[in-house]
Amino acid sequence: MATAAAVGHGHPPTTTGLDHRKIAIWAFIGSECMLFTSLISTYLVYKGRSVTGPFPHEVCNPPQCATTLQPILNIPITSVSTFVLLMSSLAMVLALAAVQNKDKPGWAGTGWWARQLESSKLWLLMTAILGATFLGFQAYEFTSFVHEGLTIRKNLFGSSFFTLTGFHGAHVTVGVLWLLTLLAIDMRRGLGPKDALNVDIAALYWHFVDVVWIAIFTLVYLIK
Amino acid sequence: MATAAAAPTHATTGYHEESGVWSWLTTVDHKRIGALYLYTALLWFLVGGFEALLIRMQLQGPNGRLMSADMYNMLFTMHGTTMVFLVIMPLSAAFFNLLIPLQIGARDVAFPRLNAFSYWVYLFGSLFMNASWLVGQAPDGGWFGYAPLTSYQFSTGLNIDFWLLGLQILGVSSLAAAFNFITTIINMRAPGMQLMRMPIFTWMAFVVQFLLVLAFPVITIALVFLQFDRFFGTQFYQTAAGADPLLWQHLFWIFGHPEVYILILPAFGLVSEVLPTFSGKPLFGYPVMVYSGILIAFLGFGVWAHHMFAVGMGPIADTLFALTTMLIGIPTGVKIFNWIFTMWGGNIRFTTAMKFAIALVALFTIGGISGVMHASPPADLQQTDTYFIVAHFHYVLFGGSMMGLFAGVYYYYPKLVGRMMSEKIGNWHFWLSFIGMNLTFMPMHWSGLMGMPRRTWVYDAGQGLEMFNLMSSVGAYIQAVAVIVFVWNLWSSRKHGAIAGNNPWGAPSLEWSIPSPPPDYNYAVIPTVTSRYPLWDANPPKSQEGPMKSAKELGIPMPNPTIKPLVVALFMMLMFASMLLIHMGKQQLAVVLVITFALLMVLSLYSWLLTPLEDEH
Repeated sequence: MATAAAVGHGHPPTTTGLDHRKIAIWAFIGSECMLFTSLISTYLVYKGRSVTGPFPHEVCNPPQCATTLQPILNIPITSVSTFVLLMSSLAMVLALAAVQNKDKPGWAGTGWWARQLESSKLWLLMTAILGATFLGFQAYEFTSFVHEGLTIRKNLFGSSFFTLTGFHGAHVTVGVLWLLTLLAIDMRRGLGPKDALNVDIAALYWHFVDVVWIAIFTLVYLIK
Repeated sequence: MATAAAAPTHATTGYHEESGVWSWLTTVDHKRIGALYLYTALLWFLVGGFEALLIRMQLQGPNGRLMSADMYNMLFTMHGTTMVFLVIMPLSAAFFNLLIPLQIGARDVAFPRLNAFSYWVYLFGSLFMNASWLVGQAPDGGWFGYAPLTSYQFSTGLNIDFWLLGLQILGVSSLAAAFNFITTIINMRAPGMQLMRMPIFTWMAFVVQFLLVLAFPVITIALVFLQFDRFFGTQFYQTAAGADPLLWQHLFWIFGHPEVYILILPAFGLVSEVLPTFSGKPLFGYPVMVYSGILIAFLGFGVWAHHMFAVGMGPIADTLFALTTMLIGIPTGVKIFNWIFTMWGGNIRFTTAMKFAIALVALFTIGGISGVMHASPPADLQQTDTYFIVAHFHYVLFGGSMMGLFAGVYYYYPKLVGRMMSEKIGNWHFWLSFIGMNLTFMPMHWSGLMGMPRRTWVYDAGQGLEMFNLMSSVGAYIQAVAVIVFVWNLWSSRKHGAIAGNNPWGAPSLEWSIPSPPPDYNYAVIPTVTSRYPLWDANPPKSQEGPMKSAKELGIPMPNPTIKPLVVALFMMLMFASMLLIHMGKQQLAVVLVITFALLMVLSLYSWLLTPLEDEH
């Protein structure tokens, strides 16, 4: 390692060469993994233990339920919202690339499409819109479940399902607000390579939330 | 105490340009935050100790009449909760704050304002939790809060609400601090400070941060379930709805056992600093000490169900968890032997810090051995829920953690304050603690094996329990005297202690090369490290002496003081506290207040994040 002592202006270089925020966000994501692991494990442990319906994948017949209740999870619709969330991660990647290369006009090539690729505002907005669309799907899903008789108090499935997906939804909401904040800063003074790290960290969080959804979609919706 | 010979004749105070209450409310200096943690935790130590004293007064003789069973429940619950979350963890945090940047040769932690935030959250959380006494509804479900016992069906008061909301608040503090310290240790080491050259305290602190990061989310979720059950009528712990009555126990102990190592590893780290200094020898087997610390932490996640042998998990699970529990005794035993070999053949100086450190080695071994005894399920079935367990965990927590933390206080007080604590009073403190502690907890092994149950407010005469309980109570009174002596020492040494100088103990690590107390920027010149014991090298880094220049004169960028972390922490506490109204018949007001405080918290958070940490330079 360098022996030059840092006297005078500025901070000494970091040990790893990485910015502090980058390390902290990874530690945070590690912690979040345990949070969602606890939620998902509880959901799986309680799978099939509800004493009354509605159930996720099974029909509930009398006398267990007052009337016959159909399986409640709507896999086609949730597949669409999953696709929307996955696409938001793509938009996030493009937003970060646009911010990182702000000082190299024309980096994406020429033509109309290349000009769009260079717009960080467009992709930040797109990511936020796709995230908000996912939340819209979730709001629709929750209301229709309530109409079909599944509330958070109804049975163990309701309690663990709404808490798990609700926690995920809350994380997406925080992400959308974060993206909108970045967008507001971009509109106000323009984000450049100097800000790339801030966008990078938001992106890491966003992708993490996306990955968690893939686990939830697989374990809760797809596996019967 | 022999080494103050080279001490300067003036106290090296006055580097902090600001003083007064406002400067403490707005400080982002890790040393001042460490001091805040230290004094706050010691205040709660007095409260938690007073609770223990009341418990021992009630149990002094058979059929005690001092208090009701309800009061007793609140006292033992708050004693445990206070000592774990409000005393030992924040005392460790005080040392993390004070020492990590100094030991790795850094000028502050990675996120100074987040550090202040952690402290304020801890302070407000601890005040909130103890506010329950003011309304006479302190938590009464044990520090482990077993659901379904703590669900609304069985506990309709505010007691459990205070407990679970308080723990949620405190969890935020621990997590925020952990992200901060992980980043600091990974990223702010001085040139040459490789991982395997780090002082062992910083190493243990590093390991503990990972335990915090991985264990706290689990209890957060367990508490969220309990909160939802109690507030919104979910069914996570409702056995009638098909819930698993063991869900809470599993989640709690997946957190709770790593928590045990969160409590002990910092003390292990402190003792590993104290023993080499006063033995005049490097720590025996440094790499093995590091690896065994990591191994303890790793195995600590695989032993949680040994708290649950009595619930009937079946022979396979019992065997598995018995084996992992016995395994964890190996790295712990390695540490004990390494400490003994560190002292072996050394030139031992019996300072107060050294006595406390040796006491840890001895007393923790006793607690460790009884721990290995109930690692065996058949033995545990006899011992569980008896005073034998109480004896065990007080030997590891008081005989271990607290003795180590006391050693740390005596050892590092000169660095923090600039003056030495009195060795004479310290000697009284040590022997009173040591005798009082053993007199309190040693007889509990016998009363426990004779079948005296925990958490019960009275016992009958004529069962052979009287003498053991009387001994325990007398021991507790001796400990109370010890604590008074300690507080007196801490207070009077502030003004009357001998001037410490940079390195009063002749210690080897970097923090002793700078003045006591250190200037706000710590190191005027960031040192270059070439070994594990830089100050014992043939060419130690230059000791930084004499009248210090201010950070501005040296051109060192310093973070600006700010009140914003305190404001965010306050609004967060108020947001959680508003949820109490749900069980006071004011649901609508609760919703309004929670949303209001949440918005205020977010706004002040934005204001914080949009303000640069330091001036342009």
